[in-house]
Amino acid sequence: MSEVTQPTNQTVRTWRRPPQIKDPRLRWALYIGSVAYLCLALASVEIDVARLVEGTVRAKSLFAGVLSPDFVTRWTDIRAGFAESLTMTVVSTVLGVLLSIPIGLGAARNLAWRPVYLVCRSILAVSRAFHELIVAVLFVAMFGFGPFAGLMTLVVSTVGFLGKLLAEEVESIEWNAVEAVTSTGASWLQRVVYAVVPQVLPRYLGLTLYRLDINFRDSAVIGLVGAGGIGATLNTAFDRYEFDAVAAILLMIIGIVLCAEYAASAIRKRVL
Amino acid sequence: MLKIQGLHKRYGAFAALTDVTLTIAPGELVSLIGPSGAGKSTLIRCVNRLVEPTSGKVLLKDTELTGLSRSALRLERRRIGMIFQDYALVNRLTVMENVLSGRLGYTSFFKSLVRRFPQADVDQAFALLERVGLEGLHDRRADALSGGQRQRVGIARALLQSPELLLVDEPTASLDPRTARQIMRLIAELCRERGLAAIINIHDVPLAQQFTDRIIGLAAGKLIFDGLPGDLDNSVLTKIYGGEDWSQPAASAEDADDFEDGDDSAADGTLDALTKTDGVSA
Repeated sequence: MSEVTQPTNQTVRTWRRPPQIKDPRLRWALYIGSVAYLCLALASVEIDVARLVEGTVRAKSLFAGVLSPDFVTRWTDIRAGFAESLTMTVVSTVLGVLLSIPIGLGAARNLAWRPVYLVCRSILAVSRAFHELIVAVLFVAMFGFGPFAGLMTLVVSTVGFLGKLLAEEVESIEWNAVEAVTSTGASWLQRVVYAVVPQVLPRYLGLTLYRLDINFRDSAVIGLVGAGGIGATLNTAFDRYEFDAVAAILLMIIGIVLCAEYAASAIRKRVL
Repeated sequence: MLKIQGLHKRYGAFAALTDVTLTIAPGELVSLIGPSGAGKSTLIRCVNRLVEPTSGKVLLKDTELTGLSRSALRLERRRIGMIFQDYALVNRLTVMENVLSGRLGYTSFFKSLVRRFPQADVDQAFALLERVGLEGLHDRRADALSGGQRQRVGIARALLQSPELLLVDEPTASLDPRTARQIMRLIAELCRERGLAAIINIHDVPLAQQFTDRIIGLAAGKLIFDGLPGDLDNSVLTKIYGGEDWSQPAASAEDADDFEDGDDSAADGTLDALTKTDGVSA
């Protein structure tokens, strides 16, 4: 029956999406190579059943602790840790914003004089080259244990993050507004204030709020390597196997990140 | 008033402008026509050096603009107002901030940062907004306006500079035919009122003929016609733009005439609506 409905004088033309890798030999070599590598990699991981079982037992006591968080026993430590972390977060974000604005503007190809551009881009590249943990280890070695090392770490990574994204935002602005302001005889700074800032402000503000909550979460991580804040408190609680205190700290981190999230979206809604 | 002598502009191997020489008298309205890519925008941008000419001279009265230092150029730019095709407003700023940005060349950085412009500038800005038909809209955000209204803001900004010369880059290209005429008429009127000279890049040849004193034709970066609007016949258009049946666009231009001057009663509702959205009647 289907043969009846088919137009008889027309050959069927099939179509398939052209493959991403044109050469079939290369394509199959890649497929087989990937699978082979995955098998070898899996084989090289030593999976020890005994340790898995042992781990499950420990996981049980951990989850038991999580289910009964204890805010009270270690409250003074927890409070001090959070106060330190929040201070680190706010101060590092403010300093990071202040530093990232000149560096970000300097790293925008359409705005900066070539040598300035290269210098600023290099600063940004270096400040993003290492993970926060590595930077924290370096700063702890330089300045000793405590929140100052943590603060410096967060400033460095905030500058790298905000500076790079600001530069990219500036590079994609509508140029005609800048031309118009230039044609009135405005100076470089006036051009930035009147034509560039209004175009990048909402996005930059959004990024700053986002960075604020990244900094808070990072302050918990870098505390693990001795850079102060709630991370240090968390680390101590882990070392003492006080999983109920660990649970209390983790729950508070979740709460604070959620609050930051709501606050950020409320602020963004008002400004955009 | 404005003298351009032997102006060249090269982008790598591509010659955007070749040996352009022309003089513009005080108060003269000049249209610059030519196909896209002929170098019209480049030419007017070479005047205020938004584009740096490769060689040649630009003189505004007795000042040679080419060869000025950055800071001296900034001061001279205040004498040259510019109006753009896509309005080039800063969308997130208010109408007033956009208009007052015309005074940036006269205002210190700190005062402009905190938006404290001299009262005289603010008075003049209000007067100009009224003149271009945007009374009461000063606190609107620029992106809340219609195309015609935005171009009026652009005109007010350029005029607030108290310029001696206007550079106008495709003022009507993003506008509907009726608004385009209103904007051209407004620019022409304002130039006459203030004795301003203007160079207007424009694609719409009938508009150029209707509103300006002199027409300059540019093709492939070379000046190939300079004369009165009446001298612009089909053979000249073919020289500038290439072969085409030139009776066709002329006919459609007549239609646009009918739309505006003709039977108002028939299109009353639409015209009213247009007038309201644009803020000004023709």
